Amino acid sequence: MTQATAPAASSSPPAPPATQKDGRTAQRSLGRRLLARPEVGALIAAIGVYVFFFAAAPSFREAGSLATVLYQASVMGIMALPVALLMIGGEFDLSAGVAVTTSALTAAILSFQLTMNVWTGVFVALVVSLAVGAFNGWLLIKTGLPSFLVTLGSFLILQGSNLAVTKIFTGNVASDSIADMDGFDQAKSVFASEVSIGGVDFKVTIFYWLVFAGIATWLLLRTKFGNWIFAVGGNKDSARAVGVPVNLTKIALFMGVGAGAWFVGMHLLFSFNTVQSNEGVGNEFLYIIAAVIGGCLLTGGYGSAIGPVIGAFIFGMVNQGIVYANWNPDWFKAFLGVMLLLAALVNLWVRQQATRR
Amino acid sequence: MTDTNGSTAAQSAVKDAAPGPDKPVVELRGAGKSYGNIRALHGVNLTVHPSRVTCVLGDNGAGKSTLIKIISGLHQHTEGEFLVDGEAVRFTTPREALDAGIATVYQDLATVPLMPVWRNFFLGSEMTKGPWPVRRLDIEKMKKTADEELRNMGIVLDDLDQPIGTLSGGQRQCVAIARAVYFGARVLILDEPTAALGVKQSGVVLKYIAAARDRGLGVIFITHNPHHAYMVGDHFSVLRLGTMELSAARDQVSLEELTNHMAGGTELAALKHELAQVRGVDVEELPEEEDLTAPVATPKDGAA
Repeated sequence: MTQATAPAASSSPPAPPATQKDGRTAQRSLGRRLLARPEVGALIAAIGVYVFFFAAAPSFREAGSLATVLYQASVMGIMALPVALLMIGGEFDLSAGVAVTTSALTAAILSFQLTMNVWTGVFVALVVSLAVGAFNGWLLIKTGLPSFLVTLGSFLILQGSNLAVTKIFTGNVASDSIADMDGFDQAKSVFASEVSIGGVDFKVTIFYWLVFAGIATWLLLRTKFGNWIFAVGGNKDSARAVGVPVNLTKIALFMGVGAGAWFVGMHLLFSFNTVQSNEGVGNEFLYIIAAVIGGCLLTGGYGSAIGPVIGAFIFGMVNQGIVYANWNPDWFKAFLGVMLLLAALVNLWVRQQATRR
Repeated sequence: MTDTNGSTAAQSAVKDAAPGPDKPVVELRGAGKSYGNIRALHGVNLTVHPSRVTCVLGDNGAGKSTLIKIISGLHQHTEGEFLVDGEAVRFTTPREALDAGIATVYQDLATVPLMPVWRNFFLGSEMTKGPWPVRRLDIEKMKKTADEELRNMGIVLDDLDQPIGTLSGGQRQCVAIARAVYFGARVLILDEPTAALGVKQSGVVLKYIAAARDRGLGVIFITHNPHHAYMVGDHFSVLRLGTMELSAARDQVSLEELTNHMAGGTELAALKHELAQVRGVDVEELPEEEDLTAPVATPKDGAA
């Protein structure tokens, strides 16, 4: 976990007897130190996958294809970021996939039923999403149960409620279209617009994704809170003993996942005008896979925010690359499974190389 | 007893000028702790003075851990009094104890292994710069300070960016001690710092205990090794089955007596007579009851 940039590490310490050295720890080579970064394994894999599809699928090489790949990656990547931070903090959230649908449904049904400006629904959806996250965190802390169990419970609750509540209001499994409601166009321009660069349309989520990744990296490496995330994931009891607010940190991380679910939910709602209430099941694993491929340790305390960005990019490339290569898309999940295992092995090998003394 | 709000009492205590050398910083009067119907600790008297090392000895299950957990704010006492600078306190979180200047170095949970040394050093008390929305860690200053502080304690590390898990057990203890000293601890609690260490590493840790004492800190040194305790201790308290068995200043007790008390004291003397009946057991080395001259602590309200 050498987050500091190489120059900072190599500058000689300015303390009084600066020449005095312990002498037992030789400076590791630049290559070794690069390998020690959590996302390097994923980066190597991403380059490999890119080269592979570049060679195998001619249509993959077009700029328009890149925009599609990035879009796929961004929708998943935006959620993978808070999920990765949560994982570094030592917890899982299995409800993350359906929480996206819950958020979108809340906004859609509320706006439609009360015939209000869609922004009201958007705002209420944010509150609901944050509350779901806070509830997960609070329950985890109060009960001391593993997050796997707690969020498995909230996953089922949300999945069932999504279907049942939608059927109560609309009579079928999808929410009513909100395309002609007040404020829709405005909200669509915020959450689901497109930006044209050099004649190619890029979805706005791609830019949000990269900005969020930047913020998450800064948060993780340059703030107090980031320090606490590593600490509560690495050793909760030590963190508590030196005065880190462990409970607050964990609840905040779960609420971060809620905020991510809200954002992606709003994007889906304003892209398609309507939401299928059974969507999102299984996506929680894709987020976790992106984080793991990106080098986040499943047991917490180690990882980065750049890693899941690369992980999501690999996901997008594989997802679209199979289509561009004219293969049966049914192979996607199998391919993803192979990628996950390879990534886990590469990460293991890389970490052993880096920490070997 | 009066329960002052821990944090306010603690904060005012920190602002006060340092107490005189004879005034105890931390004092326990007949303190005890029950977990449900289990009485883990009962009638413990303990005083910690600045620039003094108070050793708490005891075998496994004697109540050492419970004692430090009360002082460090992880648990609350259920009987007796706990005073900091003469004021009764009751800490509900370790943060409050830290604010009162009581720092604890735990045997195993002192550090987060995967985090770099400097991040561990400042964990929970990070230095920041800049206004709120962009308030960030002052990494350069933290690294510089950590390096200086560690060097002042005689610990030289080449790379503060290495995960603290790659340091040896003794080095990790020393980093934790240096951290406590730097953050203005007035009382340092060391939970069996030498238990998992080799002979040489134990010596290093004992050196830093002495260094911390010379800087004016009151040290509570928890151990089950009387030899280590006697090397640095000014006052010795022996816990046995949750009560004080012995409380003596250094000039009142010899290392041999201390060892005997640790080993069971009066019980061992009684055992000698029984063992004498058995052929082939050498009882010459075992102490007689009258050899134990050190004052045996008697809890006020009669221990169970």
